[in-house]
Amino acid sequence: MENSNIKTTGNVFVENPRMTARNVDVYYGDKHAINDVTIDIGEQEVIAFIGPSGCGKSTFLRTLNRMNDTIDICRVEGTIALDGQDIYAPSVDVVPLRARVGMVFQKPNPFPKSIYDNIAYGPRIHGLTKSKSELDDIVESALEKAGLWNEVKDRLDQPGTGLSGGQQQRLCIARAIAVSPEVILMDEPCSALDPIATAKVEELIEELKSQYTIVIVTHSMQQAARVSDRTAYFHLGDLIEVGNTEQIFTNPSHQLTQDYITGRFG
Amino acid sequence: MTNKAFKGLSPQEATARVEASLKQRRKKEKRFRLMGLSAVGLALTFLVILFSGILTKGLPGMFQHYVQLDVVLDKARLDPQGDMSDASLFSGDADKIILEASLASIGEEGGRKTKKALRKMVSSGGSQRLIDFVKANPELMGTTQTIKFAVDDDIDSFLRGFIKRETPEKDRRINDFTIEIVDKWQEAGLISYELSDYLFFGSASRDAEMAGIKGALFGSLLTLAICVSIAFPLGVAAAVYLEEIAPKNRWTEIIEININNLAAVPSVVFGIMGLAIFIVTFGMPRSIPLVGGIVLALMTLPTIIISSRAAIRAVPPSIRDAALGIGASKMQTIFHHVIPLAMPGMLTGTIIGMAQALGETAPLLMIGMVAFIVDIPGGFTDPATVLPVQIFMWADFAERMFIQKTSAAIIVLLAFLITMNAAAIMLRKKLERRW
Ligand SMILES: Nc1ncnc2c1ncn2[C@@H]1O[C@H](COP(=O)(O)OP(=O)(O)OP(=O)(O)O)[C@@H](O)[C@H]1O
Ligand SMILES: [Mg+2]
Repeated sequence: MENSNIKTTGNVFVENPRMTARNVDVYYGDKHAINDVTIDIGEQEVIAFIGPSGCGKSTFLRTLNRMNDTIDICRVEGTIALDGQDIYAPSVDVVPLRARVGMVFQKPNPFPKSIYDNIAYGPRIHGLTKSKSELDDIVESALEKAGLWNEVKDRLDQPGTGLSGGQQQRLCIARAIAVSPEVILMDEPCSALDPIATAKVEELIEELKSQYTIVIVTHSMQQAARVSDRTAYFHLGDLIEVGNTEQIFTNPSHQLTQDYITGRFG
Repeated sequence: MTNKAFKGLSPQEATARVEASLKQRRKKEKRFRLMGLSAVGLALTFLVILFSGILTKGLPGMFQHYVQLDVVLDKARLDPQGDMSDASLFSGDADKIILEASLASIGEEGGRKTKKALRKMVSSGGSQRLIDFVKANPELMGTTQTIKFAVDDDIDSFLRGFIKRETPEKDRRINDFTIEIVDKWQEAGLISYELSDYLFFGSASRDAEMAGIKGALFGSLLTLAICVSIAFPLGVAAAVYLEEIAPKNRWTEIIEININNLAAVPSVVFGIMGLAIFIVTFGMPRSIPLVGGIVLALMTLPTIIISSRAAIRAVPPSIRDAALGIGASKMQTIFHHVIPLAMPGMLTGTIIGMAQALGETAPLLMIGMVAFIVDIPGGFTDPATVLPVQIFMWADFAERMFIQKTSAAIIVLLAFLITMNAAAIMLRKKLERRW
């Protein structure tokens, strides 16, 4: 299609991309962590990044909302665009960008504040609400969407750190949702959770799909198979293969993908 | 062993060896625990010895002897101009009235010799006290009132047994005749031993019985106020900048090394620097809390910066990620999350720094806060001295009573320090949040 010298197997492009990455290289000092990655992330799709440890999944994920800016030695080359706008352009402010591209981390990291304040923090700093009741509504709907409302509605003033691990992770998802992002990046959101909490988060992803674009990094192939529409396989900084999840897991085209899926590698 | 491919120990053998080594380990652990326990015990013993020493020496210094006299408050003589103004009261006959009251207390008309002796027995601060009394109770004018006056420090030392009756008269600071009067006072039950009001409400004085720490205490408070209001914001700002904003390069490394070195610079050096910069170059007055506070602030800055940086570093990076991840700016992340979470550590560092500053003598000597100042300082630019310097000065005086006053002042200083440390612990407990 656009350029023919893409070394990734499968189709990296989609019809209606929300985010586009073109020839992206990421370096940590001298270390080349991401090597010439091109990929589209579609509207309202869930895309899973899989691959062996250290292959650069988190690194690439973090370039999508410029969280890598916080690492001094990290350098990003190539273009990444959100709705056609280069997010690394000098004129772009990371603050609104991160409000549009939210992030959920591997380890639940609620603020040591009340449950309410955890959710309300984002809307407050971005000035999303004009009144207390509006803010209350946002908090409630974010917690509703995260499937946490019924569990915490009676203790909104209690510390978010007092919740269970799974609840904390859903709180973090609610916190990300509260600023109404367009894309949500999730870096192994279930790795610290038990199967039941994991199932809840997966259910949640399923529901959020109708409104948000979700990029999820996971080490669980079952999880990738369950929640995602498309899957991207990374290997040592290269994007090896991208395709529909079903195709990747049943009939991968690339040998490396095949090896990884079948457990011969990683 | 049957299985030749397996080179390790058999489980039985391993168990036996573990058992054997276990004994050794237990012994070691026991020895170590004993050592630790004795170290703690030793430290505690020294602490107890230190504190009991200070208390036994210092507590008597909080008390002193008073003699109660029936004073005739004769309006005409006390207040010759009749308007109760200071000028009028101080031109009155307060001293003479007290002398008459003391004569009356031993039931004598009094010859020259008695008068001479008595004049030296009641503290020279007596007239001030009498004037204060009538100022506070003008309605009592014309009546006869019982008022307690401090006895002279030599009499106090005699009553405490430091000056002995058995000592030959010529080697004694007070003569036999004076002792006779003291005996009479004691028989009449006029002498009392009470908490010293001069110690807490008096200022510096050459007369040991009237010397107090109020002036020095105020000086210390004013100096500390300057110190904390400069050192805390500056230290926290520097720590936040170095930890969160500054790029990590050679320059910040050099700055870091220098800050660490600064923490080890002897405090006198800061005093000399303060003298050279603030007093000589900028022409600020000597002996004022403002300059003292600035010098102490410079001295405590490294402590505050180092502990604040440690506190900031202890804030988990995941909290910063969380804030940045929903679009907080760097400043919002710092002010909304990092600083509040680091605050307990920063405050602890600051209070420790303040405690250090409170006990500091040398740099303040350099900028002249050692002057003999009778007035209680009313502001940051009034000449003042501070507690440790006051203690240092008193320790230098010859009078026996100053030794007790010195110890008493040390107790006050220690109480001040302990209160500050307790406040630090409480603040920390209150502000500490788990994550
Ligand atoms: N802050 C950093 N500084 C230097 N190198 C880094 C940094 N973060 C990651 N790397 C390197 O970049 C490469 C990719 O790391 P990344 O964390 O993206 O891997 P990953 O695929 O997310 O691994 P995992 O599945 O274990 O989370 C690794 O080789 C790692 O060592
Ligand atoms: Mg990772």
